[in-house]
Amino acid sequence: MVVASAARVAAVADAAAGADRAVDAMLGREVLRLQSVSKVYGSGDAAVLALDDVSLSVQPGEFVAVMGPSGSGKSTLMNILGCLDTPTSGTYHFGGDDVSTMSERELAHVRNRRIGFVFQQFHLLQSMTAWRNVELPLLYRTTHDRREQAMRALEQVGLSNRVDHHPNQLSGGQQQRVAVARALVTNPDLLLADEPTGNLDSASSRDVLALLKEINAAGRTIVMITHEHDVAAVARRVLEMSDGRLREGELVT
Amino acid sequence: MSWLRTLETGLRGILGHRLRSVLTTLGILFGVAAVICTVGIGTASSDSVNARIASLGTNLLTITPGSTRTGGVFGGAGTASTLTMDDANGLSSHDNAPDVAAVAPVVQRSEPMVSVASNWTAQVQGSSTGWLTANARSVDQGAFYTAKDVSSHALKIVLGSTTATNLGVAVGDSITVNKIPFTVIGILNTVGGQGFQNGDDLGVVPITSAHDVLVGGDPNSVQRILLSAGSSDTVGSAYQEADQLLLNTHGAATSGTPDFTIQAQSSFLSTAQSVTTTLTILLASVAAISLLVGGIGVMNIMLVSVTERTNEIGLRKALGATPGDLLRQFLVEAATLSFVGGLLGVGAGLLAGVLIPHFTTIGVTITATPVLIAVVVAAGVGLIFGVYPAARAARLAPIEALRAQ
Repeated sequence: MVVASAARVAAVADAAAGADRAVDAMLGREVLRLQSVSKVYGSGDAAVLALDDVSLSVQPGEFVAVMGPSGSGKSTLMNILGCLDTPTSGTYHFGGDDVSTMSERELAHVRNRRIGFVFQQFHLLQSMTAWRNVELPLLYRTTHDRREQAMRALEQVGLSNRVDHHPNQLSGGQQQRVAVARALVTNPDLLLADEPTGNLDSASSRDVLALLKEINAAGRTIVMITHEHDVAAVARRVLEMSDGRLREGELVT
Repeated sequence: MSWLRTLETGLRGILGHRLRSVLTTLGILFGVAAVICTVGIGTASSDSVNARIASLGTNLLTITPGSTRTGGVFGGAGTASTLTMDDANGLSSHDNAPDVAAVAPVVQRSEPMVSVASNWTAQVQGSSTGWLTANARSVDQGAFYTAKDVSSHALKIVLGSTTATNLGVAVGDSITVNKIPFTVIGILNTVGGQGFQNGDDLGVVPITSAHDVLVGGDPNSVQRILLSAGSSDTVGSAYQEADQLLLNTHGAATSGTPDFTIQAQSSFLSTAQSVTTTLTILLASVAAISLLVGGIGVMNIMLVSVTERTNEIGLRKALGATPGDLLRQFLVEAATLSFVGGLLGVGAGLLAGVLIPHFTTIGVTITATPVLIAVVVAAGVGLIFGVYPAARAARLAPIEALRAQ
């Protein structure tokens, strides 16, 4: 009974979150806002300024590409945006909440509920089948129909016929699609992709980018880090990073 | 994350990494089984040594003539033959020495024995019927001589098993001892070496016959008197009674210089017990080393696997696992592996405890304490080294953990 009612409460909460998102979109409330964020690694003479006074606002439904050469600070930006790291100075609001002051536990909660990650290295657990990998984030929240949700997410990425395959039985493109399904299964406010095509051949890259575009078209906010122009071209807004500074690039229409 | 789901995740982790799980389980299994076996074998050896010592007759007191107590100068035990049959008879009296259970006056000499088949020289002891009790011996075949045989100066002999074998005789055969014909009426039980003499290579005859035809000399004098106390608890009081009685009858109570020495076998026992203690320490060391080796094996597997899994830890953190979630997951994994390994180890140890004595001559005695200690230590090592490195990895920033390759 307790489990069932807890699940019902969670379902209601999820529905409420969805409704909130719709309201946010209507009101033009941002998904995230960085204000004068700086990130310094190390200290003293060895200190490196990875992010230098970065401000950024992302609206619901946007598809933002962050471009820049390696060492420009885009990975640091990705880590800050993904609540995997905290800024040295400045504030970061995610969906209206100030995450720069949150505890590790609260950050874990934000990552679990509101952010979906897609990594360059896929980061699938080799010992698990595709659907078990997709199910992973659901283990850290109260959900009673984990298998059904994982199956739905895999269907969304077109892998319904590969649910019981292990990662080593899948091609690179298929593995990355499993990773995308894992990012989507929690119905996050933001999908954060770090060089999602970095480890893929051109055919698989096109495949995954088309999938991301489709997901964005369905209303999901995406921030993608890349250093390739043709990859950035799928985004509707391109930002360029160099030496830790962020500036608005030309808008692709 | 609920405990049920943690349990599920932990068990999936175990099944997902079969080789690692099997190796860890094996490490704990062999650690526990090795300790159970070594301690089992050691306990059995120790018990057997103790049994051999007990068979020497720990209740036994030996009275020899002469004193070693004269003014700090070693008088030389046995320098004068001052013990008599009267002493032995006095000690036999229950009123004089209530704690003395058996008395055996002994005269002995090495005698050539000849049978139809062979000849052999061994110690021949003349004694009373108390000899069996005082020496904690029994007769395997035939019978011991009786009090009537003693009083009638019967020419009957009871042989040790080695002597009987060497002479090629059985109960009822005749042999000559120092050219005097004796009838073999019994064979003693086999005891092996006792102290510094072979308890199986000797003959025992009535002390009267020994005085008559073998030792000769004063029929009232004896070389030593063996006493047996009722139990090892009464050895002390039996000693006191014998000492007091002999001091009185030998008129030495006043002069203060006794002409006899009473030795207790229990002094030999205490030496033997220190041997057993050494054995036990050796055993405990072997067990500790087995545990240490097993523990290091488990520790290494756990440390390596956590390094391998830092990536997984980073990913789970990125997906929303809190350090507590991860800690509980690794706790479940380590606890399950340790428990299964410990259980299988106990099974293997017990099985070996049955098989080893079955196929070899090595005895194994299994007691609860080493089994418990082995399981607790092995499982503890598995737990600590399964959880501690994982707990450290769980505190890493998720990006760092994700970058680990």
